[in-house]
Amino acid sequence: MRYDQATWTREDGDENADTYEPLLAEKRSTEVAVDESPLPDDLTRESVALPDPSEPELARHYTRLSQMNYGVESGPFPLGSCTMKYNPKFTEDVAALPGAGTHPARSAASTQGTLELRHHLQTYLARIGGMHSVTLQPPAGAAGEFTGILVAKAYHEEHGNDRNEIIVPESAHGTNFASAALAGYEVVSLPSAEDGRVDVDALEAAVSDDTAALMLTNPNTLGLFERDIEEIAEIVHGAGGLLYYDGANLNALLGRVRPGDMGFDVMHYNVHKTFATPHGGGGPGAGPVGVVEELAPYLPSPQIEERDGEYERVEPEHTIGKVHGFAGNWLVLLKTYAYIARLGDSGLTDTSAKAVLNANYLASQIDYEIPFSPFHHEFVASADRDAADVAKRMLDYGVHPPTTKWPEIVDEALMTEPTEAETQAALDQLARAFNNAADDSDEALETAPERTAAGRIDQADAARNPRLSWQALDN
Amino acid sequence: MSFDVPDDRGYMESHEWASDEGGTARVGISDFAQDELGDIVFVEFPDEGAEIAHDEQLGVVESIKAVSDLYSPVSGTVTATNDELLDAPELLNDDPYGEGWLVEVDLADESGLDELLSADEYRDQIE
Repeated sequence: MRYDQATWTREDGDENADTYEPLLAEKRSTEVAVDESPLPDDLTRESVALPDPSEPELARHYTRLSQMNYGVESGPFPLGSCTMKYNPKFTEDVAALPGAGTHPARSAASTQGTLELRHHLQTYLARIGGMHSVTLQPPAGAAGEFTGILVAKAYHEEHGNDRNEIIVPESAHGTNFASAALAGYEVVSLPSAEDGRVDVDALEAAVSDDTAALMLTNPNTLGLFERDIEEIAEIVHGAGGLLYYDGANLNALLGRVRPGDMGFDVMHYNVHKTFATPHGGGGPGAGPVGVVEELAPYLPSPQIEERDGEYERVEPEHTIGKVHGFAGNWLVLLKTYAYIARLGDSGLTDTSAKAVLNANYLASQIDYEIPFSPFHHEFVASADRDAADVAKRMLDYGVHPPTTKWPEIVDEALMTEPTEAETQAALDQLARAFNNAADDSDEALETAPERTAAGRIDQADAARNPRLSWQALDN
Repeated sequence: MSFDVPDDRGYMESHEWASDEGGTARVGISDFAQDELGDIVFVEFPDEGAEIAHDEQLGVVESIKAVSDLYSPVSGTVTATNDELLDAPELLNDDPYGEGWLVEVDLADESGLDELLSADEYRDQIE
């Protein structure tokens, strides 16, 4: 085997270019020969060019990349529905403790500490949701939804209920439709009433002997509390169906109202939204599922139970099996545990108050119509011009814009969720960005952003001609 | 804003069109549909020889805004596909009634185009 040194040269960026291009190193091809390979010839190549930057070059490269990005540690990030919360660093410290990550195949006797924490977390989440039992296994919110629907399905099958429909409000998160369909159900879409809430008459017309469940989030996608929730629960239960709670907006109710008390039978927790764990982005996540007592025997295996001070792994009687390896993504769950334990009852209750207060304060400071209220932790403003242009202009004012053009019930929607972590100063900064963009000319909006690392992206060209590797950048 | 709705073909409520080419029909999407979708970036349709049926799924069109199912205005056998679209999906935006056609279909029966909306009826629907 023989490796030659690669050499890199840098070219200056074009100061006058319309869009900023990063100073990508241009590589001079270098031979790296492999003399003998057991692989067939058509799977090997004669040479591979490897970069060989100096350490400061490498450090600067990655620092520059991080500066081109915008994250919740750069400034306000009010992406509605997504709940882009700041993740306190102490949760990372806890997850990094020696012994935090015990091997999941170790015996219960040698990992009592971990099992105790898992059991505590099951119990905490059950208490927060008003549920009887909780599984920690699903690896993400949507995976939790799917797990919850599988549990409901197993319950119906065990009871000889032949039900093939799941009702989902049309304003629901897209994952609800997907989870129901993936579990083998027909999805019945429920239109919203004029006030943006569930249309109770339409729901009564939609339920039948075929209804397996209604999936609902409360407050809903518009940030509105479903005031008729008790009547909705009666209608669904009266038809023999189950009520599924999408935990995406639980951060608005934390410590105040519990899904279990509203009549929900199954729910998932988005720990990255309600508590504080990193958003997945494809990485490890967690989406625990809580159920009422009747559904507990169907949860994934194993559950952690305590007997005489000993913690053990137990297989529920009618378990649906596994939805992920071992205990799920334990270190993500451990961050959830740390957050709950540090804040306690009063702290958690305070987060929902601040989430709602922040959304309502921000709404009071911006010059936009907000058709639906009173809202909780998020609101949907109408841009009254192209919402995507407004959002891109907001980038120029140094903040991350809200979610755009969804839900469709609001024209040119700007779905805004500042989260509880922002200060009044940060909310004022956001409001200025909203209002400056509203005052700007159409020309300014159509060419925005102009102060960001990358200028206006040609979305159509990016989708039609994707460049999926660094080599494509040469072309 | 008014949309181009040529009189020489029939339309579906779901915004596809079919034109009579004498025993075969050409199928595409309307000007209104391409405008609603925005910049189209990907299109998928059946292979030559596939059997398709009226009002059943014909394919998928994806724009920067949405992914939508396409429904067939006619029943029959696909005899030709517009493979240009695979490399140049923007033809659907630029020329929906011409170079942006999707497939040609050998009609299963003569009445194939009769159940479609006329240009006037379709114009009423989108206005």
